[in-house]
Amino acid sequence: MKRELPRLDVHANSVWLVFGTIATLILVLIVPGCRSAGPPSGPSSSNELTVSAAVSLKDAFNELANINEKRTGTKIHFNYGASGALQKQIETGAPVDVFASAGAKQMDDLATKGFIIPSSRGDFARNALVLIVPANGVGISSFIDLANPAVTKVAVGNPKTVPAGQYTEQTLNRLKLLPGIQTKLIRAEDVRQVLDYVLRDEVEAGVVYSSDAMSAGDRVKVITRAPDDSHDPILYPIAIVKESKQQDAARKFIELVVSPEGQSVLARHGFLAIK
Amino acid sequence: MIWEPLKLSLLVVSVAIVIIATVGLALGLLLAKGRFHGQELLASFLTLPLVLPPTVSGYYLIVLLGRHGLIGEPIYNLTGWTVAFTWQAAVIAAVVLALPLMVLSARAAIESVNPQFEIASYTLGKSWLATFFLITLPLARRGILAGIVLSFTRALGEFGATFMLAGNIMGKTQTMPLAIYEAVISGEDKRAQGLALILTGVSVAAVYFTNKLSKGMIRY
Repeated sequence: MKRELPRLDVHANSVWLVFGTIATLILVLIVPGCRSAGPPSGPSSSNELTVSAAVSLKDAFNELANINEKRTGTKIHFNYGASGALQKQIETGAPVDVFASAGAKQMDDLATKGFIIPSSRGDFARNALVLIVPANGVGISSFIDLANPAVTKVAVGNPKTVPAGQYTEQTLNRLKLLPGIQTKLIRAEDVRQVLDYVLRDEVEAGVVYSSDAMSAGDRVKVITRAPDDSHDPILYPIAIVKESKQQDAARKFIELVVSPEGQSVLARHGFLAIK
Repeated sequence: MIWEPLKLSLLVVSVAIVIIATVGLALGLLLAKGRFHGQELLASFLTLPLVLPPTVSGYYLIVLLGRHGLIGEPIYNLTGWTVAFTWQAAVIAAVVLALPLMVLSARAAIESVNPQFEIASYTLGKSWLATFFLITLPLARRGILAGIVLSFTRALGEFGATFMLAGNIMGKTQTMPLAIYEAVISGEDKRAQGLALILTGVSVAAVYFTNKLSKGMIRY
C-alpha cells in the first residue's frame, strides 16, 4: 500500500497537466491576441488583399498579382477553388476582398443577396469551347465527326454540375449532334478531368475551354473552336466583396485586370479579351 | 514552396491530434461508462462527420463559425476576429472530422476491459480517477492507440471541410491535400506528384512508428 500511494499522486498530477495543456491550447486557438503562435492569419492587414478566384485563373492571376505588388506594394493572397464553393464561403462571411468567378451564376447569386458591391462588378475575360483530341489522335477534324461510328468515347463536363458541360450541351444541341451521340458521352465532374481523360488517351475526343487546352501545351491537339453563337457567352465576372476593408486596393487590382496590360496577360493564358 | 504546405499540415495535425486524443478519450470514457439519457443519441451525433461528405460537414462548420454564423457572429462582434481563413480553422476542421474515429475506438477499447479489474481497484479504495489511469487506461491502450493513429491519418488527409472553413491560401491555410488538389486542377503534374509522394511518405512513417511504439508498449 505504501509503495502505491506516491504513484497515485503522480498520476493524479499528470491528469491536471494534460487538462492544463489542453485548456492552454484551446485558449491559444480561440483568443485572437495569441495568433502569433502560427503563420500570419486573420483579416487582411493594411497592405494585403485576399482574392477568391476560380482555380482555372490561377496562372494568369498569379502573374497579375506580381505586377500589382510591384506597382502598389499590395501583397495578394489567393484562395483558389471551385466558384460555387468560393461563393458559399463569401456568403458565410469569409474575409475575402475580391471575388473572380468562372461563371455568372455564382456572381448573380451573391449580387442578389447583397454580398458584393454592384458598381464594382464587371466581366474581365471570355473563354471559348474547343474540341480536343490526344496528341496522337487521328480521324476527327470537326464536331460533326463525333457522329462517326469509329468514335466511341467523348469526354464532356457533366451538364448538371459543370458550367463547361452546360455550354458543351448547348453547342452539341445546336449542331444537331444530340441526342445522336448521347451514348458516347463520358461525363466528368470538372473540366480538368475532361482534359485528363484526353491526355491519358482514355477517350477519342473531349470538349474543354481554350484556356485549359492551352495549359496542356502540345500534349493535346486542338481541332476546332465551337462557334461563339452555338452557346451562351462564357464570361468571367469580378467584383469587390461588400465587407472588404480594402476597397481601394481591391479597386486597383480590378483596374489592372481589365487594363490592356491585364488583358494581354490573360490572353497569353488562353482567355479572350472582353468585347 | 513545396515544403510550405507540409509545414502547415504538420502544425495543424499536431495541434489537432492533442485535442482529438484528449477530448476523444474523455468522450469515449463517457460513452463507455456513463449511463444517461440520450447516450446513444450523443454517440450517433458524434459519428455524423464519418457519414456526411466532408464538404457537408464543412458547410455546417461555416454556418456555425463563419462571420455570419451562429457562434461566429458573436465572436466577431466581440473581438473583430473571425476564424474563417486562418490556420486555426484548419485545426477545427481536422478535429471535427477525425474525432469520431477516436471516440469510437476509445469507447470500444474501454468497454472491452474486464470490469473485474476495475471493481477490484475500487474495493482496494482507489478513486474512479485513479482506477481509470492505473487500470482501465493501461488495459485499453492498444485500442486507444489505434484510435489515435486512425484519427491522425484522417486529420492529415482532411480536405473538404478544411477548404470550406479555412480556404486555400498558400502559406496561410493551404495544407498538403489542398496543395495537391490545386496542383492537379491547374495541371502542375510534377508538383502534384511530388506533394503526393511526400504526403504518402509522412503517413506511412507516422503509422509505422506508432505501430512500432505500440508493440514496444505491449511487450513491457
